[in-house]
Amino acid sequence: MEIKKTASAGTLESSDVMVTVSPNPEGGLKVSIDSPVLALYEEQMRKAVTDAAADAGVKDAEIALNDHGAIDCVIRARVMAALCRGAEEAYDWAKEDKEA
Amino acid sequence: MKNALGRELPEKIGSYKVRPYSGTYENDAVNRCVVSNRKPTLRPASGTKLLPTLEDAIKATGLKSGMTISFHHCFREGDKIISQVLTAVRNLGIKDLRFAPSAVVNIKNPSIVEFVKDGTITRIEASGIRGELGDAVLDGLMEEPVILRPHGARPRAIESGDLMIDVAFIGASASDDYGNCTGQIGPNACGSLGYAFVDAYNAAQVVVITDNLVEYPCNPVSISQQYVDYVVKVDEIGDPAKIGAGAARMTKNPRDLMIAKRTADAIAASRRFVEGFSFQTGAGAIAIATTIYLSERMEEKGIKASFSLGGTTSNIIDMYKKGQVRVVACSQSFDAVAARAIAENEGVIEIDNAVYSNPYQKGCMLDKLNFGILGALEVDTDFNINILTGSSGEMMAGLGGGPDVADGADISIVTLPVVRGRTPSIVPRVFTLCTPGTSVAMVVTEAGIALNPKHKYYEELKEDMQAAGIKLTAIEELCKLALSITGVPKPIETTDKVAAVIEYRDGTVIDVIHQIKRK
Repeated sequence: MEIKKTASAGTLESSDVMVTVSPNPEGGLKVSIDSPVLALYEEQMRKAVTDAAADAGVKDAEIALNDHGAIDCVIRARVMAALCRGAEEAYDWAKEDKEA
Repeated sequence: MKNALGRELPEKIGSYKVRPYSGTYENDAVNRCVVSNRKPTLRPASGTKLLPTLEDAIKATGLKSGMTISFHHCFREGDKIISQVLTAVRNLGIKDLRFAPSAVVNIKNPSIVEFVKDGTITRIEASGIRGELGDAVLDGLMEEPVILRPHGARPRAIESGDLMIDVAFIGASASDDYGNCTGQIGPNACGSLGYAFVDAYNAAQVVVITDNLVEYPCNPVSISQQYVDYVVKVDEIGDPAKIGAGAARMTKNPRDLMIAKRTADAIAASRRFVEGFSFQTGAGAIAIATTIYLSERMEEKGIKASFSLGGTTSNIIDMYKKGQVRVVACSQSFDAVAARAIAENEGVIEIDNAVYSNPYQKGCMLDKLNFGILGALEVDTDFNINILTGSSGEMMAGLGGGPDVADGADISIVTLPVVRGRTPSIVPRVFTLCTPGTSVAMVVTEAGIALNPKHKYYEELKEDMQAAGIKLTAIEELCKLALSITGVPKPIETTDKVAAVIEYRDGTVIDVIHQIKRK
């Protein structure tokens, strides 16, 4: 998946995260996180982001999180949605079924 | 050294000598006479008590650098007295004060932090230091540690001589020129002046500040002229919208409603839920919803309460008007409806905070309380409660009467969700220990109810809950569930410096808060 444009997913509600993705001309993944619980969960949050990017096959992107206490599954889902939008691709909803 | 709850404490913090919590109400105050700074005065020397400005009053009291000043927090976030007085104090060049209000609410423009930075205030003692000041203190603002005491401990600290007040500044929404004053009437009515009584009785000098000077004698009277040295009229003592907005509405959050409903059901299942029982609920969203559900359960069972206690909301006044509560004893009034209710209803009464919660006197009303509802930021698997510090080590709230209610009520019930945002609220070990777990009977969450096996009424509660078909779970299960949702957080990093000392009801140290390490 290749990020073609800036796109976002999520909200600024409590327990949600607003994810904005954009192309990274320098290459690689550049993840920035703004969160009230960063000191407590930074490693887990970064892993949720990089896992979702790996899952989507995205190698080059800037991913910015404006977090308000989202748990990992929410972070993964919002990152995935933002990446799909940035890549102008639809999420393959049958993917999990095929894996199973 | 470690206290009885396993908290590591230094022996001395600055000039503060630590007496570790032992769980047995260790305080030799009981063997001594009450200490007071109050002086007999042969009538006001100048014949008048009414002075034109705050500066005049401060000069008249003889306030000097190094002394102790006090305030009440009955005007809550709407308070405009504290900053006016501190500004006047600063203008007079008085410094190095011990600032000892009943609590610090989030006062802005100017913030208390500025008065610490410029040296006007060098020591703080209160029940809580919410907002900007609290966060600055945890970031190492002060040389001396802030001393935090629950509401019940402050009167004892004052009367035992630990906290001698030189000048008490008492805001009142109505006062006459001779100092008879109250919070019950006037455009800025705040209701009960509960916290101010002990200050009025024991400070060396008492200044009443009002924006509503009434004809002598003021009626009703909360604090009598016999305790008051000076009266000052200012333009504004508060912002009525912030003193107590209208009646708090019932929350729509389904999770909070579920917790509230379960709490009311648990109370209704207790054998103590009978004609003439007593309760205290509080002002949080869950507490207010619990009050409303409790009123329904009482109607269903056809019983009335003898009294409700503590901070009072409009929901309690509704219950009183329906004849469901005989006496509403207000140590504080949380909203505009409750504030006006004291003057308007015979059974709604103002009580001294010491009568409400001080264990070191000949009995406080908490001794007679059946059910007490408590809020909390965190509860651990030993049922210890944190009501001060948030997940990232920020100062979120004050001790209030939490530790007093937990210990005073027969059945103390902590109501909270298992997680808030990404923050677990049921944890293996609370960051700041404010209320010992042994005084907590029950924790009610959306994921289940846990009884404390170490509480004195455990067997009774277990029997009652089982008889009512209420499913119980273990606190460890709630903790496991919380952490499975949020993940295990990294511990908050702190420095060696103690920023705040938490005293228990008896004045022993239950915990300390270290300065938080920020990136």
